[in-house]
Amino acid sequence: MGRKILLDKAHIEGIRHYDVYRREGGYRSVEKALKTMSPDAVTEEVKKSGLRGRGGAGFPTGMKWGFLAKPEGVPRYLVVNADESEPGTFKDRYLMEFIPHLLIEGMITASYALGSNVSYIYIRGEYWWVKEILEVAVQEARNAGWLGKNILGSGFDCDIFVQPGAGAYICGEETALIESLEGKRGNPRIKPPFPAVKGLWGCPTVVNNVETIAAVVPIVNDGGDEYAKIGIGKSTGTKLISACGNLNKPGVYEIEMNISVEEFLYSDEYCGGIANGKRLKACIPGGSSVPILPANLLLKTAKGETRMMTYESLSDGGFATGSMMGSGGFIAMDEDQCVVKHTYTLARFYRHESCGQCSPCREGTGWMEKILLNIENGKGKMSDIDLLWDIQRKIEGNTICPLGDAAAWPVAAAIRHFRDEFEWHVTNPTDALKGNYGLANYAKPLEIAVAP
Amino acid sequence: MLQTLPFGGDGGGYMADEKKLFTVTIDNITVEVEPGTSILQAARKIGGDVAPPAMCYYTKLKDSGGKCRTCLVEVAAGSAADPRPMPKLVASCRTNVMDGMVVKNITSDRVIDARNGVVEFLLINHPLDCPICDQAGECHLQDLSYEHGKGASRYEFKRRTFDKHDLGPYIQLHMTRCILCYRCVYTADQVTNERKHGILMRGDHSEIATYIEKSLENDFIGNVIDVCPVGALTDRTFRFKNRVWFTKPVDAHCNCEKCSGEVQLWMRGDEVLRVTARKDEWGEVKDTSKGETGWICNTCRFERKKASDWIIEGPSQINRHSVISQGHYENGVKPNETIKKVMGGRDPKLLMNIKDVSEVNQVELSEIKGAATSESFKQLKKGN
Repeated sequence: MGRKILLDKAHIEGIRHYDVYRREGGYRSVEKALKTMSPDAVTEEVKKSGLRGRGGAGFPTGMKWGFLAKPEGVPRYLVVNADESEPGTFKDRYLMEFIPHLLIEGMITASYALGSNVSYIYIRGEYWWVKEILEVAVQEARNAGWLGKNILGSGFDCDIFVQPGAGAYICGEETALIESLEGKRGNPRIKPPFPAVKGLWGCPTVVNNVETIAAVVPIVNDGGDEYAKIGIGKSTGTKLISACGNLNKPGVYEIEMNISVEEFLYSDEYCGGIANGKRLKACIPGGSSVPILPANLLLKTAKGETRMMTYESLSDGGFATGSMMGSGGFIAMDEDQCVVKHTYTLARFYRHESCGQCSPCREGTGWMEKILLNIENGKGKMSDIDLLWDIQRKIEGNTICPLGDAAAWPVAAAIRHFRDEFEWHVTNPTDALKGNYGLANYAKPLEIAVAP
Repeated sequence: MLQTLPFGGDGGGYMADEKKLFTVTIDNITVEVEPGTSILQAARKIGGDVAPPAMCYYTKLKDSGGKCRTCLVEVAAGSAADPRPMPKLVASCRTNVMDGMVVKNITSDRVIDARNGVVEFLLINHPLDCPICDQAGECHLQDLSYEHGKGASRYEFKRRTFDKHDLGPYIQLHMTRCILCYRCVYTADQVTNERKHGILMRGDHSEIATYIEKSLENDFIGNVIDVCPVGALTDRTFRFKNRVWFTKPVDAHCNCEKCSGEVQLWMRGDEVLRVTARKDEWGEVKDTSKGETGWICNTCRFERKKASDWIIEGPSQINRHSVISQGHYENGVKPNETIKKVMGGRDPKLLMNIKDVSEVNQVELSEIKGAATSESFKQLKKGN
């Protein structure tokens, strides 16, 4: 059994409420930090832990905190990004729904480290009931003296507010989130300046994912070195993976980052294999924005090594033969799934969610969707595949925020790895409407290239 | 200055006054600019082809820019201190120069490729109705398309369309042509008292709107027409009256209690067909003689349509390459008459003078109320 440090107590009856959470050892990290540590010491522990942002980009959290500008007399803010809208990702919802005090505890500790006296949870509007759970939890924490003025007599003031979004994927992008939090239209800002210098209301701001902030609790409790012992290399600690798709046991799993993708996918402790005895065709290992991989490249890297559930191993081979850890939205697709239809669905999503601020993303996402719909409906031309490739290439990297990249990568990866399926759709339009391409060669072992 | 200044002496103040300039190299041309200048402004200082095109950036509007992505450039070296290249192309309008920065604009294939892509994206949903668009001839998208567009489109789907809206008696919004540069939004925020329009919806269905068709009524709201890079916001008092290249721009002023009164008149004969703010070579509103931004008020723009309302200063300077100067009379170099030479010394014979047979040129355009259409022509003729 893998070690669980975030969700180990999530199943306990009543843990959602303060009394049980406190009885089970909650808020120890706040006590430890406020009574025995300086703010910089907390940041130092987080740096030592090697914790990386769990929202998708995997940027080292300690380093991000270190970048926070600290001018005199200017307030600083911590904003927790709970706008979890990536298709396939639902780990933060689980955490906030079952063990909300873990997030609040992590926020108080992190706010202490960053010097934030007012911290925000920006939660997506669709999670309205989770927002209510969080608001109850915040009130309980306030009543118990963990929030407010002079917490534990340390002289540190902190309060937390929960702000719901209005249903826009783009507001998960940190600067769009800040704009939305300020009450404006959720358009990403042009960087620089980065939020660490000029964020919420023009003040230095750190935006972290829910899981990242929750992980601060075990880091402070047990020490950064202890946390860094879990996992492989620069992928330290545990990661929540929300597994979905054609799996026997979809759900949210906390894994130590030292297991292989095969173990995660097939062992009974985790996903329990592909549902209905079918075979795996393709998988998106990190949420809808990361490149899709065919089965043969998912379990083994192009070099023939076993692929592990770590940041490095999942991205091994770059975009040519690898993918990304992303936000941990693990989507498995069996042999009966159609990659073209799937790519179309994602393109439709990104078209709908583009904020419309910069031209490549605004116009390109809609164009890609229309072409993919044509191919899916058997009206495609062979040249459309090359056109799609050209469009995604011209979106990627040329936009204000990463949504353009997130829209381009799935299309690029689908064409890169499943081009014959696209071509089959074009050459067999009537068959494509009735059936699908099937597994083909996508699970056959790759010929291992001899190392140069 | 080799003289050593005494420590703590007056020289300290002198040194502080001396601003250190940053040296930037853009397309192998080196220029010195003040710290805090954007790459785009540095490139405009060099001028010519080196200046990246800008569809959304507007010098006079704070926070504008970064959206259209036509001004993307490659930074081959970040600065003298840190000469690493920037991995992505950057929006030159919103990226400040560093000392020793090396920028590639038209010398970079990546930039040209990306810019062609952006132009294609901007055009897939643009109606390309230049033949009936009042902006044609002074349209930035038109210029950009000539430079970077292709002859044929790869887009095979129905284009996005919107209904035309009248934003009050003076301004028409034709959203189908809009490229969502946000300039009009910033103008309303920064020039007028209150913004009543903005962006509705998101993505490729986003639109400039007043939510429920309201009219925009503010003394300075007419400036949104000047900042619009395309024909999305047009002057209803000038609608279909004339092509801009048939009108002659002259600088004029009047004593206006609301604005500087320094404007540009677009005349045909003695008629004032249109009044706009004066614009510089980048198509942006110029500063007035008092050094303020030359926004003009609605009264000057829409109401003062008689030549007698104005004190005419003289013809405006127009770029020789602009289509507007095709019928121009100033700075013009008259080419030698070649027809006679080609025709063996004979003069060309005029077969028919269009002015003798066309009724269009017999009507005073300024007498037409509203848009000039065949209907209004007939009515005017009847009235005569």
